Amino acid sequence: MSEQDGVVTRKIMNVIRRAPHGTIYSYEGLEMILIMGAFEQDISLVFIDDGVYSLVKNQDTKEIGIKGFATTYKALDGYDIEKLYVDKESMEERGLTPKDFVVEVEVLTSAEIGKMMKEQDVIVPQ
Amino acid sequence: MKFGILLKEGPYNHQAADSAYQFILAARKKGHEVEAVFLYNDGVLNVSNKADPPQDDRNLFKNWSELGAQGVEILTCIAASKRRGINDSVLSNNCTITGLGTLTDIAMRVDRLVTFGD
Repeated sequence: MSEQDGVVTRKIMNVIRRAPHGTIYSYEGLEMILIMGAFEQDISLVFIDDGVYSLVKNQDTKEIGIKGFATTYKALDGYDIEKLYVDKESMEERGLTPKDFVVEVEVLTSAEIGKMMKEQDVIVPQ
Repeated sequence: MKFGILLKEGPYNHQAADSAYQFILAARKKGHEVEAVFLYNDGVLNVSNKADPPQDDRNLFKNWSELGAQGVEILTCIAASKRRGINDSVLSNNCTITGLGTLTDIAMRVDRLVTFGD
């Protein structure tokens, strides 16, 4: 938490843990994040486990009849949400590299993510 | 301590709603304040007045409504509610349909936002 000119800014971390499709958690999570972005808080997103699939390029959801939303992550910087972290182990286990993602991310170890979680005011598991 | 609750699962199918409710009772008993419960994802299904669970089981809908009467804000997300058929005509007493901005407000002012979900 920081305070400047009487305005309190809180550190809010969203943890995206699930694949983008199969359940609605990731999609509604992203809707929540977009609204939070309008409140000028210190928002970060961390992608762990199957959550890392959310960012994969060239997803085609036509055959499942569900709207794709991976490209929405590209709009986040327009909401001043620029802190995107990916868990290294989750990414590597799934054979992915940062080049596979629709946006630029920072790859961190689980220990580094854990340390960052400790510094948050609010953590929202999505 | 001031708590906010984020509940992300519907009633009965998942224990999250029960756990959230039990947490709130325990926290209040210890002298803590629970300002608000925000319902998201299938959590919005906790405030339907159309539900009629068996008499010999706990009534989660009644629990939330009673907590609302006691001054805990029971808030349901409008976008998630509209997806799932929750609107003013089926909304339990003492509950309010609101937006995600309200959740952000809660996250900004409580000491702890505690999430219950899968």
